[in-house]
Amino acid sequence: MLEFMEGSHAVAEIIKRCRPQVIAAYPITPQTHIVEDLAQMVANCEIDAEYITVESEFSALSACLGASAAGSRVYSATTSQGLALMFEVCFNVAGMRQPIVMTIANRSLGAPLSIWNDQQDSISLRDSGWLQFYAEDNQEAADLHMIAYKVCEDHDVLLPAFVCFDGFILTHTYEPVALPTQEEVDAYLPAFTPYQRLDAENPLSFGMYATPEYYMEFRYEVDRAMQRAKQAFIKAGREFGERFGRDYSALVEGYRLEDADTALVAMGSICGTAKDAIDEMREHGRKVGLLNIRMFRPFPAQEIANALKGVSTVAVLDKNISLGNGGAVGTEVKAALSGSGISVYDYIIALGGRDVRKRDIAAVVDLAEKGEGDLFYGLRTEVL
Amino acid sequence: MALRVGCAAAPGRALENKTGAWRVFKPVFEPEKCTKCGMCALVCPEGCVRETEEGTFEPDLDYCKGCGLCVEICPKKGIQMEKEEK
Amino acid sequence: MAEVEGGGCELFSAGHRACGGCGPALAARLLLKATGKNVIIAAATGCMEVFSTPYPETAWGVPWIHSLFENPAAVASGIEASLKRQGRTEKVVCIGGDGSTLDIGVLCISGAFERGHDITYICYDNEAYMNTGIQRSGATPYGASTTTSPVGKCSHGNPHPKKDMPAILAAHGAPYVATASIAYQNDFIKKVERAINTPGPCYIQVHTPCCTGWGFESGETLNMAKLAIETGLWVNYEMVDGRIEKAKKVRRKPVEEYLSKQKRFRHLFKPTRQDDVIANIQAIADANAERFGIDIKAKEPSE
Repeated sequence: MLEFMEGSHAVAEIIKRCRPQVIAAYPITPQTHIVEDLAQMVANCEIDAEYITVESEFSALSACLGASAAGSRVYSATTSQGLALMFEVCFNVAGMRQPIVMTIANRSLGAPLSIWNDQQDSISLRDSGWLQFYAEDNQEAADLHMIAYKVCEDHDVLLPAFVCFDGFILTHTYEPVALPTQEEVDAYLPAFTPYQRLDAENPLSFGMYATPEYYMEFRYEVDRAMQRAKQAFIKAGREFGERFGRDYSALVEGYRLEDADTALVAMGSICGTAKDAIDEMREHGRKVGLLNIRMFRPFPAQEIANALKGVSTVAVLDKNISLGNGGAVGTEVKAALSGSGISVYDYIIALGGRDVRKRDIAAVVDLAEKGEGDLFYGLRTEVL
Repeated sequence: MALRVGCAAAPGRALENKTGAWRVFKPVFEPEKCTKCGMCALVCPEGCVRETEEGTFEPDLDYCKGCGLCVEICPKKGIQMEKEEK
Repeated sequence: MAEVEGGGCELFSAGHRACGGCGPALAARLLLKATGKNVIIAAATGCMEVFSTPYPETAWGVPWIHSLFENPAAVASGIEASLKRQGRTEKVVCIGGDGSTLDIGVLCISGAFERGHDITYICYDNEAYMNTGIQRSGATPYGASTTTSPVGKCSHGNPHPKKDMPAILAAHGAPYVATASIAYQNDFIKKVERAINTPGPCYIQVHTPCCTGWGFESGETLNMAKLAIETGLWVNYEMVDGRIEKAKKVRRKPVEEYLSKQKRFRHLFKPTRQDDVIANIQAIADANAERFGIDIKAKEPSE
């Protein structure tokens, strides 16, 4: 049954059903509605969890780490400046193989200060060892959290995950969402069984230091776990489809790509706008398609190359910029398509919450087909 | 041995590191002076002073670093530091 | 559980890589004698963490977690919350050096104490960032030479006073705050026992002289700790619900007896005496004596 609700609320409702034992969160726009909804649920005894009002985002993730290591399923949410403050802890959590799921309500990074959406925050932590999923709409945002817990807690994976959805565009937008029942979630996502935990009955030392004789092998192990996460996601996504009717067994998803000459590549809510733009362009006989990257880390290079095999031009929409080198997604897509003969162009778009319309998507396709690429789309040259 | 997930380890392996090799001076315990107060065992930073069957104390020379805390604490001056013959 | 052959069960085993005569190593042993097995330790980066856990050689026979330099109090907040949910009884104890506790970790400690988590925080105070090579911390005493507060043509060493961390945490409403010293081992053990059995956030700052960092012979560690107390530069006391209680009384010795024995204060005596700096340090000791009432008066029985 579909209910009309705010994206943040949908996420909070799903998290409640995932039965976290410890929630540690610090408020930051545009994630606040999630943590506020959860606080109210805890206050009403709807969630059986400890809710720690921590003194910073750094502390939020540190507290989640401790609780996870002690054997609890945990949850936090952040964005932008808060995620940047967590940088040190993010690497620590992944290295310590704690299956923490954290919502990222994507927002741009200062300076200059901006509360509006782009994907710079989560993308800037792509080296950290966290799995990264990007939701196209609020239904996906809700669903991906359930799948993330299942994938992360798999003893063959044991990695943390960012579930990313665009700030304001999704967090504060009302859409129809189907929420599963508690029983349905329990059947899909059983109680957390830690691989190892802090326990006086079976003492272990966690987070020892590694000399040069060992460090590299530990990092290799994390990378291997990331690769295993692909299969774990496909399996969990397929089971999700069987139970709930919405299949998530694809790391990337094509839209009208089968006979496309030009393909857009994007992540997140911009895919929704792109699909509408593509439908319009198709009506005018233009053979355009979209490849939606659902899982950004581990990077699905092979899946991207396979999906775009028949295409001659690719336009990557990057809601981020690796300053000094162009968009991060574009750079990685170019690497995945290297040697293929496909022309790949990178468009920095919609930074800091600048609106993207269907006509902008069509304009990007025009630029790509004319061979004009690797540029900032839509710069207001009059203010420069 | 396979790496343990998350750079974790079970207790016990520090004992593989025989820090006695660090010593320059070693403590020599004189049991006839010992009043069995146990202070030497309490203050050893290595925890390697052990009680004998007679209730006196002796150092575990596999780990003793020769720091001399036991010498200083013994109320009967019953422990002396000697240069170790190697 | 780690065992030394022939001896009792040591929860902090031999084989760790601390310098011979290390004050913090002794503090770790005594801490675990107080807690026993039913404890979870959240440790900060620092000397104790580094010398006790090079993978895979851990000296800890109890559950132990190291995350980062500044966050054991936040990690412990999470552990405590998790144990509460699971109905488990292990005590949660943080352990960090003075650099971690008084400087970089203040954010997390303040939050944990303000929220009233049932944890105990032990700060082992060797009065500098020792693991990185003896740099000045908020706990470095006035006049001490460190590599970042070195003696020079225009410097007499650290110009800043020692941060009063116990007072800060008592002001957070901590029910039990204490200072201790490895010079008085059973006193430290008793204080740890009291702290872990007092509900709410408790704090103990234990003085752990560092032979390598302060510059004295390894066998002198406990003598140095005792002298710090006897000169009034370190006071052993307890604060219960914010009120100072039970300060250890001494027949006070002049601070010179303590300072002259450590390389970090040698510049106060050689090549020329720095009487003004010594006098300032004596004034600190006198102020401690007044504030905590540590001087044994002529007619009072000695403690």
